[in-house]
Amino acid sequence: MSIEIKNVSKRFGETEALKDVSMTFESGKIYGLLGNNGAGKSTLMNLISGRMFPTAGELLVDGERATENDRALGRLFLMSEANLFPEDMRVKTAFDWAARFYPGFDGAEAVELAERFDLNQKSKINKLSTGYGSIFKLVLALAANTPYLLLDEPVLGLDAQHREMFYKLLLEKYAANNCTVVFSTHLIYEAAYMVERAVILRKGRVLKDAPVEELTAGAFTVSGPAEIVDAYLAGRPVLNETAIGGLKTAAVEGEAGNVPESLEITGLNLQDYFIALMEKEDRV
Amino acid sequence: MEFNEGKPIFLQLAQQLEEGILSGAYPEEGQVPSITEYSVTYKINPATALKGISLLVDAGLLYKKRGVGMFVASGAREKLRGQRRERFFEDFVQSMVHEARQLGLTETELVRMVERGFDGDVD
Repeated sequence: MSIEIKNVSKRFGETEALKDVSMTFESGKIYGLLGNNGAGKSTLMNLISGRMFPTAGELLVDGERATENDRALGRLFLMSEANLFPEDMRVKTAFDWAARFYPGFDGAEAVELAERFDLNQKSKINKLSTGYGSIFKLVLALAANTPYLLLDEPVLGLDAQHREMFYKLLLEKYAANNCTVVFSTHLIYEAAYMVERAVILRKGRVLKDAPVEELTAGAFTVSGPAEIVDAYLAGRPVLNETAIGGLKTAAVEGEAGNVPESLEITGLNLQDYFIALMEKEDRV
Repeated sequence: MEFNEGKPIFLQLAQQLEEGILSGAYPEEGQVPSITEYSVTYKINPATALKGISLLVDAGLLYKKRGVGMFVASGAREKLRGQRRERFFEDFVQSMVHEARQLGLTETELVRMVERGFDGDVD
């Protein structure tokens, strides 16, 4: 039980959105799919769910090709920017429709979730604000009860309270269904502890694919007087550095080892690690 | 609960559970929240919550009642107090003396401050 991606490339004209990507999303885990804009996150999710076709390679959901395979597709829900319903359809009607596509879709649950988010079910889909447009799609995703849940920027436009509600509902759903969750977000800080494994995409390639704990434990920040920090950094794999006056702070990969007394070592969270890693890659 | 960087989340959760046992928030023979409750409340991965709770199970502070949940073992509070007393020197005294030296405080001055602390100047 897994999503297997084998040597997948995707080209849009001159642009190569994904370059020979091979990886596996194991079932029953929460994955964070991270990357800057244009890294290939949405393309990868669209390919997995069969909304796009790869230029090369293949994608398997539980061993079956997702493209043109209704059985594989019914097991997977992709929430993305795209709205798959007629624009002037009402929210409630869309809930009724969703039940036809997803065998596990729970209409009563959708209604209850909509009420918790104060989503107006009589509203037409195209009349919803950005935030409520996201909420509408989130409600569909949570009520679909599919074994695979792909969420592309699920909290886009949501206020802080609604984001909090969503994270908790997602974890409840995960506990109840033990589904596989893959989600991309730019608000890494908020989601970091929910994620078991992070996949970091960079310019169409997989840069990292590891447990979050392993990534963050494998790096640290060091700060102190610039010249002492510089001496300490010599020969170490530095991710990024910033200086303010005579005080220098740097993110470094590896073990801290012997640290001069005047330097301070602190841990990195996933978001800081991600930013530092991207800055390092920018220099390459 | 706010987590901080530099220390694995499961360790921070385990510590918070220990504090709960020490303070009586989780009384002996009382049930502690489930993995899912911890996961949802603190927005952490259930595997992380399980790892934290397992530490206390392995230490004999929590035990599992099959099909019911996790409970605080009797004697857990005293056991924790004993462990914390043993670690008190390295957890608190050593770093205090280190800081005092950096600030140029003498042993006598430090002892006086500790006495002042016991006299109720601090809570």
